[in-house]
Amino acid sequence: MGIAAMLGSPIKRREDPRLITGQATYVDDIKLYGMLHLAVLRSPYGHARINSVNVDAARNLPGVVAVYTAEDVNSVVGKVAVAVPVGKIAEGMGVRSPLAQDKVRFFGDPVAVVIADDRYTARDARDLIEVDYEPLPAAIDVEKAMQPDAPLLYEEFGTNVALSLSLPDTTEEIDKVFEQTKADGGVVVKTRIVNQRLAPVAMETRGVVADFNKGSQKLTLWSSSQIPHILRNVLAATVGLPTHQVHVIVPEVGGGFGSKLNIYPEELLTAFASMKLGRPIKWIEDRSENMAATIHGRDQVDYIEAAATKDGKVTGVKLHAVSDMGSYSQLFTDVMVLAFTFPVVCGAYDIPAVHRSTDLVFTNKTPTDAYRGAGRPEATFAIERAMDLVARELGKDPAEVRRINFIQPDQFPYKSSTGTVYDSGNYEAALDKALALADYKSLRAEQAQKRAEGKLVGIGISSYIEVCGIGPKGFAPVGLFESARLRVDVGGNVTVYTGSSPHGQGEETTFAQIVAEEFGIPIESIVVLHGDTEAIPEGRGTYGSRTTPVGGSAVFTAAQKLKEKMKLIASHMLEASPSDVTLEDGKFSVAGSPQKSVTFAEVAATANLSNTLHPGIEPGLEATSFWEPEANVFPFGTHICVVEVDKETGEAQITRYIAVDDCGRQLNPMLVQGQIHGGIAQGVGQAMIEGVVYGEDGQLLTATLMDYAMPIASELPSFELDHTVTPTPVNPLGAKGVGEAGTIGSTPAVANAMADALGVAHVDMPYKPENLWKVIHQS
Amino acid sequence: MTMKREITVTVNGKQHHSSVEPRLLLVHYLRDVLDLTGTHIGCDTSQCGACTVLLNGESVKSCTVLAVQADGCEVTTIEGLAPEGSLHPIQEGFWEKHGLQCGFCTPGMIMASYQLLKDNPNPTEKEIRKGLEGNICRCTGYQNIVRAVQHAAEQMRTGAAEPVGAGE
Repeated sequence: MGIAAMLGSPIKRREDPRLITGQATYVDDIKLYGMLHLAVLRSPYGHARINSVNVDAARNLPGVVAVYTAEDVNSVVGKVAVAVPVGKIAEGMGVRSPLAQDKVRFFGDPVAVVIADDRYTARDARDLIEVDYEPLPAAIDVEKAMQPDAPLLYEEFGTNVALSLSLPDTTEEIDKVFEQTKADGGVVVKTRIVNQRLAPVAMETRGVVADFNKGSQKLTLWSSSQIPHILRNVLAATVGLPTHQVHVIVPEVGGGFGSKLNIYPEELLTAFASMKLGRPIKWIEDRSENMAATIHGRDQVDYIEAAATKDGKVTGVKLHAVSDMGSYSQLFTDVMVLAFTFPVVCGAYDIPAVHRSTDLVFTNKTPTDAYRGAGRPEATFAIERAMDLVARELGKDPAEVRRINFIQPDQFPYKSSTGTVYDSGNYEAALDKALALADYKSLRAEQAQKRAEGKLVGIGISSYIEVCGIGPKGFAPVGLFESARLRVDVGGNVTVYTGSSPHGQGEETTFAQIVAEEFGIPIESIVVLHGDTEAIPEGRGTYGSRTTPVGGSAVFTAAQKLKEKMKLIASHMLEASPSDVTLEDGKFSVAGSPQKSVTFAEVAATANLSNTLHPGIEPGLEATSFWEPEANVFPFGTHICVVEVDKETGEAQITRYIAVDDCGRQLNPMLVQGQIHGGIAQGVGQAMIEGVVYGEDGQLLTATLMDYAMPIASELPSFELDHTVTPTPVNPLGAKGVGEAGTIGSTPAVANAMADALGVAHVDMPYKPENLWKVIHQS
Repeated sequence: MTMKREITVTVNGKQHHSSVEPRLLLVHYLRDVLDLTGTHIGCDTSQCGACTVLLNGESVKSCTVLAVQADGCEVTTIEGLAPEGSLHPIQEGFWEKHGLQCGFCTPGMIMASYQLLKDNPNPTEKEIRKGLEGNICRCTGYQNIVRAVQHAAEQMRTGAAEPVGAGE
């Protein structure tokens, strides 16, 4: 390939010019003629009965066009979608209509909507709505919510527990393993982990513009979403429109992190209002709404036990996960543990026996759902803490305990005791690279020295794997393939239509790199479009670290189809046999006769103009691919974190952070590093400062950014990154996802460092100074 | 209905005469009245800095300024940082060093960086991180933002660019 390899080059992003000049269009930048503004009235209580709703004063305020309550909406619009209802959720528990009717079940639960001429009037009117609430006791602590005397969210079900599950049914087998290990002189370690509730806090809150044309009966909907096609399909069904009469456009999206991988009441309500009024309706979430009404992440209480021989070889693992789902099920709320935590509880390790159990519980909080990692951070945190506890119990180095338990390179594809099949990996190589980058021996020596001086210093290692690139058939109720259409126009320019929906990940650049590499054409001649259900073949969106492995593979395979047709056309132009035609640097030529060639653009013109096209070849030049993976992919790595804790104040500082990550083949190393930086920042955020807090009555106490601590520039170090490359056989690019890996790997690294620093078995997150101070001064 | 106030604000070098409610936030004035949507709203408590603009040449969070307070003032937004068709070194730095992902915090981050480099043209990494404390980014982890600002600082030491209507 004559042109410097495009794929694998750290080139600047094609997205940036519009973003750095403030010229990009996010949903709140959309202004349509006649547009009205929608405001949502929300419950100020965590749990209450609704006795009455009086909207008269609101309706009468000048500038107000309409006010809708549950009576207006819930008989016309269907329920908020749950992808896989399990347990009692399949019987309706936790499944809600867009507006709360008899009860509100969380602070922020939507009760009514106001539509007015401008956003200030809509809010004024909202303040005039009178709701007679009867506050009820709230179920807040998830384990207390399981008790018989707990306040019930769904009285008709008699419990707050939607599902209890044990795999296998009894602990008989795992108990035998643990007994045998102990009898042979081994150890059993156990701990209780609170993987605390987090707010995703994308910098752009959610927002919708809905425009229903009564003449054509067509709904156009702009939403700050990660899933344009899924949103279209589900929303259409929910509001009673045929899918081909709903056009979803996803404009620029200011971050998602899983929080916009959902279908929300407000999308349904805005669509409903537009269908009623026949006018464009805009709803933009403000931040305090976002803290309450956009899904929260994590919130598992995990009990992990591990048995290990006296040499440190883990013989079995038990996980019991209590999932705090919040008050309702959103799209994936109820499958976080089952679909994402359970499969990878053995982590990077060859563990012969596993037992998993869970309780899925409703509480009077915001619904939980996918947030960067979505179930895998919880599994990784549990197994990585267990490995450190084994090391601690046996007096061994945590790096060495990991090393002797790693799945070995010759074991791939590797079937875990959980049944999950891992594609490829070389965990020891990543560990060794991280240890070298950290100069681990010197770190431990420095630590010993500082400890002798009375300082609290900790070193934490996390050797993680994660499962992504979703997904294969059967993984979800709808197939999670991805689409790509490549169109080459008469000018030889290429448009790539992708069903992926990037919102910062950079695929307008990397997908163009794929095409530029495949055809040897200038990257400037390629444009990548996404986020429009009318322009783009049926797609599945961006989440689950799937855009590169699945979306990229669709682009690659579509490019191959295009190549075949172009070679055929070229073969006629060159009067050669198609099998003799080669493509290099944007030129098709006959093998052995490079002087006789036609350019990419010439072939494109021939195909599009058709008069000189060989008869029997269809005119035009387009190829579409729907690419479906046959398996998930498993990025991995080792992170090492060094913390110092001030004994007097409890303040902790990360003094060094090393990350060696492997996402298989890297399309653009600069973008990969960006994903890891951002991922680590969120994982460190969880460990150090973040956490959603509710009062016992269900009041959301972290309802603004004044109360919910967010990582800021002065509180994070620069991360030292390196990588290994272990390609995956699962897709033609050899690439795995990387968007969530940094988050998954980092939280346990910090946790392990903190336990090491304080010399204790476990410290609960977040590691706020007051919490650490208490631990220090207890011991 | 509250009496509207007449204000005259020069934004990116262009003078605007408008009639606004006293409670109208400057950020809403810029976005909704003047259609300058490059300045973004990321919170409602002045924490995030996505709304950062220059008011008479000094950075402010425009969500915490009333439009009427900008009467008679000069405002510079991201759209006015560089003449059309060109990029300010800070914008170039963010592009070169991948200092943005979703782009939502970016206009505010760039305007805050402008102030930072105005006050301290040769900042250390620590000073950059401290200087950008008032701007939250969820995507980048800040590392490449620091690199972007360092890149810009170096470029600017060899020649400065003036934004349109920067004021004093």
